[in-house]
Amino acid sequence: MGTVAAHGLRKSFGKVQALDGVTLDVPDGSFFVVLGPSGAGKTTTLRAIAGLEKLDAGSVHLDGRDATGDAPADRDLAMVFQSYALYPKLTAYENIASPLRARRCSSSEIAAAVERMSSLLHIERLLQRRPAQMSGGEMQRVALARALVRSPRAFLMDEPLTNLDLKLRVEMRTELTRIHRSLGATFIYVTNDQVEALSMADQVAVLKEGKVQQVGTPAEVYERPANQWVAGFVGSPHISLLACRAEGDRLVGESWTLPRPRWAMAEDGRPLLLGLRAENVSIEQRGDASLPGELYGLEPLGDRTVVDVRVGTEILKVKARPTVTGVPGERLQVTVDLDRAHLFDADTGLSLSDAGR
Amino acid sequence: MAGIEVTALHKRYPDGTVAVEHVDLSIGDGELFVMLGPSGCGKTTTLRAIAGLERQTTGDIRIGDTLVNDLPPAERDIAMVFQFYALYPHLRTRDNLAFPLRAEGLPKAEVRERVDEAARLMRLGPLLDRRPHRLSGGEQQRVALARALVRRPRAFLMDEPLTNLDAELRADMRTEIKHLQGELGTTMVYVTHDQVEAMSLGHRIAILNKGRVEQIGTPLEVYDRPASLFCAAFIGSPPMNLIEVEIADGKLRSKGGLVLTPPPGLPRDRRLVAGVRPEALEVTEPGAEGSAPARVISAEWLGDEIIYVVDHGGEHEVRVRMPPTVRFAADAPVGLRHTGGPPPVYDVSTEELVA
Repeated sequence: MGTVAAHGLRKSFGKVQALDGVTLDVPDGSFFVVLGPSGAGKTTTLRAIAGLEKLDAGSVHLDGRDATGDAPADRDLAMVFQSYALYPKLTAYENIASPLRARRCSSSEIAAAVERMSSLLHIERLLQRRPAQMSGGEMQRVALARALVRSPRAFLMDEPLTNLDLKLRVEMRTELTRIHRSLGATFIYVTNDQVEALSMADQVAVLKEGKVQQVGTPAEVYERPANQWVAGFVGSPHISLLACRAEGDRLVGESWTLPRPRWAMAEDGRPLLLGLRAENVSIEQRGDASLPGELYGLEPLGDRTVVDVRVGTEILKVKARPTVTGVPGERLQVTVDLDRAHLFDADTGLSLSDAGR
Repeated sequence: MAGIEVTALHKRYPDGTVAVEHVDLSIGDGELFVMLGPSGCGKTTTLRAIAGLERQTTGDIRIGDTLVNDLPPAERDIAMVFQFYALYPHLRTRDNLAFPLRAEGLPKAEVRERVDEAARLMRLGPLLDRRPHRLSGGEQQRVALARALVRRPRAFLMDEPLTNLDAELRADMRTEIKHLQGELGTTMVYVTHDQVEAMSLGHRIAILNKGRVEQIGTPLEVYDRPASLFCAAFIGSPPMNLIEVEIADGKLRSKGGLVLTPPPGLPRDRRLVAGVRPEALEVTEPGAEGSAPARVISAEWLGDEIIYVVDHGGEHEVRVRMPPTVRFAADAPVGLRHTGGPPPVYDVSTEELVA
């Protein structure tokens, strides 16, 4: 079993409130991602769960039992760090076996565990090699096998892919997802990379300044962000936010108006932000709901081009074909898919989209 | 304003380390030119040689019509922006901007006019009377950029100026820098290791590896036809799939049975790899016409798209970019089909583009 429940975690370092009442319920066997920018309290949360950080308040329950006062070694959790240093003089086999040897497991147990991990990571043929005889990617796999060879209650991972190059990071994402599925173990994974969170997680907790902003599946966090901040942090290119007000059956912005969607539950005149993701607006299709702008810049990305459109004094990012062309200053009409738009209260930042949908 | 010519640049340090093996660049007047590569590829050394902060061992650098090899940085009429925004902590934004102009001895009225213009372009109005400690990281970087602008140099040299900013701000600053460069029309050389930044900013990109230029081209040229396997791996996320193929019946075939249209002029009797972008493939129902059998390893949902990782003939993983509405479960048997035109093809032994 591997249920982890952290409730009301509080921790300050001097004047800095690193954790300001963080509550997470991690179900057994889930791939649970804690996502946030640096300084959000992600690593402190992870360390608190591991018992490496003394809390000012709050509790940690492991499999239903209060473990708040337990020493790290008694929690049966495994920390996986960014560092991938292998013992240079040991073979891959001995590197992977080392955590089990330290725990005085029997040789037959060790052999079975190393065999299981090496087949899972497709590194059987590397087992007798030393690190100097392996490529960077191969060392990475051996290091991961070593980190995962134990069977703890849960694996705690602190930005394990941060130091890798892009190609390897993409490959390791797939690898971790696959390994998680095979092991069925609980993963608690900390990252500042929203792509990692969306692509790997069963559940994401989005953290900012020591507070949980939202917990949900990747789809919930992306499609129904709880507030303006989450909407901006998740998704690339980031969501465009246009200032506006509701007036009768219209949404009125600085230089545009759109039909007010039925779900837009806001009193007239209240300052709002219309949130539009790049894939839900278009300069290539025609539609009823559209707003005028002018081309500000083009960002070719290869598989698509992001068109920056200036709407009044604001910038709206629009996804388009890779070969789209245009010159700055050119007038454009941007079609908006209002069913997929978001509306936030400009003062509180809270989403106003959900109640009516 | 001026173009920049770098000819046969070579830089070796006294300890024998070669930072730049051989670099030729011809940067047009008014161009936004990006040098992209991993750390240690020689891009920063090349930029610093253009700036005059580093003396090349051999080779020539021309800015406009002037051979600048022997000119100190101050006489090259360029402005450099680094990833660390070195602002004077005790000066307000206004004075940070004015400082380099006063140092040049410009009259007061002109200093004011240039500071106002740079503040307008970088939208610094509300920040003009603040000192650096009251500015966020992004605001400080905007001030640093504005301070380069006020000098109205012949060229801007940028060394990873956005590296320390968070993702959202970095994206916004990219947009601003590109727009600004277009408006000013001043030549800009921009160094980065971030392929997204290179693609979205550059008029042209030079990809550097081990002190040499591997490819120079527009963003779409380097994306569609990487000149080498190194470039193929470096541009695009997820990167290009590299699929080993053989020529049979006028088609390219992978071991797993994927069929691709061959480009003209393929060499015979060589081991070949086709470079296939994730969006040039599709996952289909098993057995669909023209598809090869495959199995879903994982589905990575990214909001506006899904990246399917499929096992195709047990050889290696292939990544396929699909709209988010299409759903196949992990472990499901599926088909894999090529939908794009002829892919670029590489020689396995030389790692170079051959057709």
